[in-house]
Amino acid sequence: MIVIRNASVLRADGIDQSTVVIEGDTITSVGTEPVSNGARLIDAKGVWLGPGLVDLHVHLRDPGQTWKEDVGSGSRAAAAGGFTAIVAMPNTVPPVDGGSSAVAAIERARAVDTVDIVVAGTLTEGRAGKEMAGFDAMYEAGVRIFSDDGDAVPEAGLLRRIMAYLRDLPGAVVAEHAEDRSIAGEGHMHEGMVSARLGIAGLPGVAEDVIVARDIAIAAEMGAALHIQHVSTARSVELIRDARAAGMSVTSEVTPHHLALDDSALEGLDPNLKMYPPLRGAEDRSALRSAIRDGVIDAIATDHAPHAPSEKAVPFEEAPRGAIGLETAAAAVASHALGEDQRIFFERMSISPARIAGLERQGRELEPGSPANLVLFDPARRWVPGSFASKSQNSPFAGMELTGRVLATIYEGRVSYEGELI
Amino acid sequence: MSTGPQHGLVSLRGLGRDRLEGLLDRAQSYVGSLVSSELAGATVTTAFFEASTRTRLSFDRAAHRLGAHVMDLSPDLSSTTKGESFKDTILTLTAMGTDLFVVRHWLADAADLAAEWSGRPVINAGVGRREHPTQTLIDAMTLRQEFGHLDGLRMAIVGDIRNSRVARGHLEAFPTLGVKLTLVGPTPFLPNHNPWGVRVSTELDDELGDVDVVYLLRIQNERGASQAIPADQSYARRYGMNAERLSMLKPAAVVMHPGPMNRGVEIDDAVADGERSLILDQVANGVPLRMAVIAEALGGTG
Repeated sequence: MIVIRNASVLRADGIDQSTVVIEGDTITSVGTEPVSNGARLIDAKGVWLGPGLVDLHVHLRDPGQTWKEDVGSGSRAAAAGGFTAIVAMPNTVPPVDGGSSAVAAIERARAVDTVDIVVAGTLTEGRAGKEMAGFDAMYEAGVRIFSDDGDAVPEAGLLRRIMAYLRDLPGAVVAEHAEDRSIAGEGHMHEGMVSARLGIAGLPGVAEDVIVARDIAIAAEMGAALHIQHVSTARSVELIRDARAAGMSVTSEVTPHHLALDDSALEGLDPNLKMYPPLRGAEDRSALRSAIRDGVIDAIATDHAPHAPSEKAVPFEEAPRGAIGLETAAAAVASHALGEDQRIFFERMSISPARIAGLERQGRELEPGSPANLVLFDPARRWVPGSFASKSQNSPFAGMELTGRVLATIYEGRVSYEGELI
Repeated sequence: MSTGPQHGLVSLRGLGRDRLEGLLDRAQSYVGSLVSSELAGATVTTAFFEASTRTRLSFDRAAHRLGAHVMDLSPDLSSTTKGESFKDTILTLTAMGTDLFVVRHWLADAADLAAEWSGRPVINAGVGRREHPTQTLIDAMTLRQEFGHLDGLRMAIVGDIRNSRVARGHLEAFPTLGVKLTLVGPTPFLPNHNPWGVRVSTELDDELGDVDVVYLLRIQNERGASQAIPADQSYARRYGMNAERLSMLKPAAVVMHPGPMNRGVEIDDAVADGERSLILDQVANGVPLRMAVIAEALGGTG
C-alpha cells in the first residue's frame, strides 16, 4: 500500500488537495485519509499528482544500436522523466515491419516492469518507402501506431494506398514524419537567419508544410486516422487547425525542445542542438506554444533520439541528428509552455497521448478504480540537468536551468523512480 | 567564438573598427618590405582540406617572409576526409610543434574546432560557406589604397552570394568599416534571409550608377549553384560585367573579383583586364595582409 498525502490531485471533475491510496496496481481511494498501518507514506507538500506521462515518440535503438540506448536504459530514463508509457519507434536495426519483428519487440517490451513500452511498426517494408509493411501480422500482434519515422512516405500514391488499407483496421494510426526530402535536401539546420549568416545548408519549413498538406488531403479522402509527428512550423499548425475545424480526426504532437528553443540557440553550432525537424524560427516556436495551449496540437512527445557522446563530438554538419528528451520533457514543458495549468499539462502529456495510442491503463484521472500509473511533479522546483539515466547524454537542456521536476513515478502500483522527494 | 588577437582570426563577426583598421595599417606597413625575422623559430601549419592554390601559397609566402617555418598539410583531397580524421590531424600537428594553424575546410565550424582541439591560435583561410576573413581584409586594404578611405563607399556584391564565404566575410566587416553593401543577383543566388539588414537587389543595371565598387563572384558549381538557374547564357546576360555595363559606372568606380574568375560568365576580358580592375592589386595585397594577421596571432610586435 502507498499513501500519497497533500498532493494537488488531478481528478475527473477538477483539482483536489487530497490523499491518494494505492493498493496493488489500483487507486483504491481518493480524498479521505485512511488508517495506514504498514503503508508507504509520501507527503507531497502540495505538488502536482497526475496520471503517469505518456510519450508517443521514443527511439530505444534496440535492437541494432544498443551503444546509444537499449530497452533497459531507455526504460530507466523514461521512469526518471515521469513516464509510465512510451511508444517505441520502429526504426531499429532491423526495423519492426512485420509479424515476427513485432512479436519479438513486444516480447522484449513485456519483460520490462518499469514502464509500458508500446511497439510501433513501420508504414513500409524495411522502412524503405517502396512497399506496404506487413500490417495484418503486426496488427494481430497488437501494433496500432504505424510510422516510417525519420522519413515521410515519399510518394503520395503509396501513402494513399496505405491509408486505404489501414482505415479498415480499428484503432490503427498513420503517424507521419512530415518532411519532403526533395526540398529539405542536405540541410543541417532551420533555413532562417542563423543558417543564412553561417552559410549552413538550410532545412526550409515548407518541406514540412507540403507533406502535412498532402497527408491531410489524402486522410480526408480516405477517412484514415492521421497523426503528424513533431510538428515544427507555424504553417503546419494552421493546416492542422483548419483540418480539425473541418471535422477531421487529425492529431499531432510537438516536442519539448521545439517549445523551449528556437534557431537562435544554434549560433554556437552545438551538435546537441542538431535534430530533425530542426529548431525553427521564433515565430514558429510562438505558434507551437499557442497551439499546445489551446489544444490544436494534442500531445507532447519527446522524439527521444539518443546518440553516443563520441558520435556527437564532431563538426556540426557531420553530427547525427537527434536529442534525448525523456528526462527533461516535463520540466522543459512546464518551464516554457504549460507550467501554469495542471489540467492542461496532464492533458497534453498523458491523457491525449494515451487516447491517441489507445492505452486503456494510461492517461486516466485519479479516481477510485483507476490504474496506479502516476507521476508526482513539482512545477516550481528549479534544477539544472546534468547527467542522465539514458546511455546517451545529447540533451539540448544540459546546463540550462529548468523549473519543474519529477519527484516520483509510480508504475502499476510500484515506485519506478524516486527523486528528491524532500 | 574566438575574437581576441591571441586566438587568431576565426571570424570577423563582432570585430571592432579599431582592430580591423589596425590590421590594415599593419598590412600596409609590410608592403614593399622584403624579409623580416620577427617570427623566427615559430612554426605555422597550413592545413587545407579543400583545394586552393593562391590562398595557400599566399599564406606560405607570408609566413616565410616573417621568418617562420611552414609545415604544409594537404591531405589527399580525392578521398573523403571525415571530421574525425580532421581532429586526429589537428592533434597530430599540434603535437609536432605547431604554433599557429591556417585552416581551410568545407565544414563551417572547422576553424573553431581546430582552435578548441589544439589550444593554438587559428586563422580561418575559408571555412564552409561561412567566412573567408583574410580575403575580406585584403579587399578592404585594396580599396583603402585606391580611394584613400573606406567610410561612405558603396559596394555592390554581385553573383552567387548564397554559396559565398567571401561575401559572408564582407557582410561581417565592411559595414563596420563604413562601407554600404548591396547584394545583387537572381533570387536563387541571394541569401534566403537577411540577418545583416543590407540592401538587396535583383537588377544589376539599376545599381551600377550608384556604386563605387562592383565586387563580382563566380557561380560555385561545386556547391550545386548551377542547378539553381537555367543552364543557358541568361546569367551572363543579366549579371555578367561587360564593357557596356562598365560604361554605366561612375568615373572613379572600380571592379574587383576574389578569383578564380570564370571569364565570359560573371566577367568579360575587357573588364577583368581593363583599367577599372583591381583584381591584380587584390592578389598582390594577399601576402602583406596575411603577414599582418599571422604576426598579430603570434603576438609579434611588428
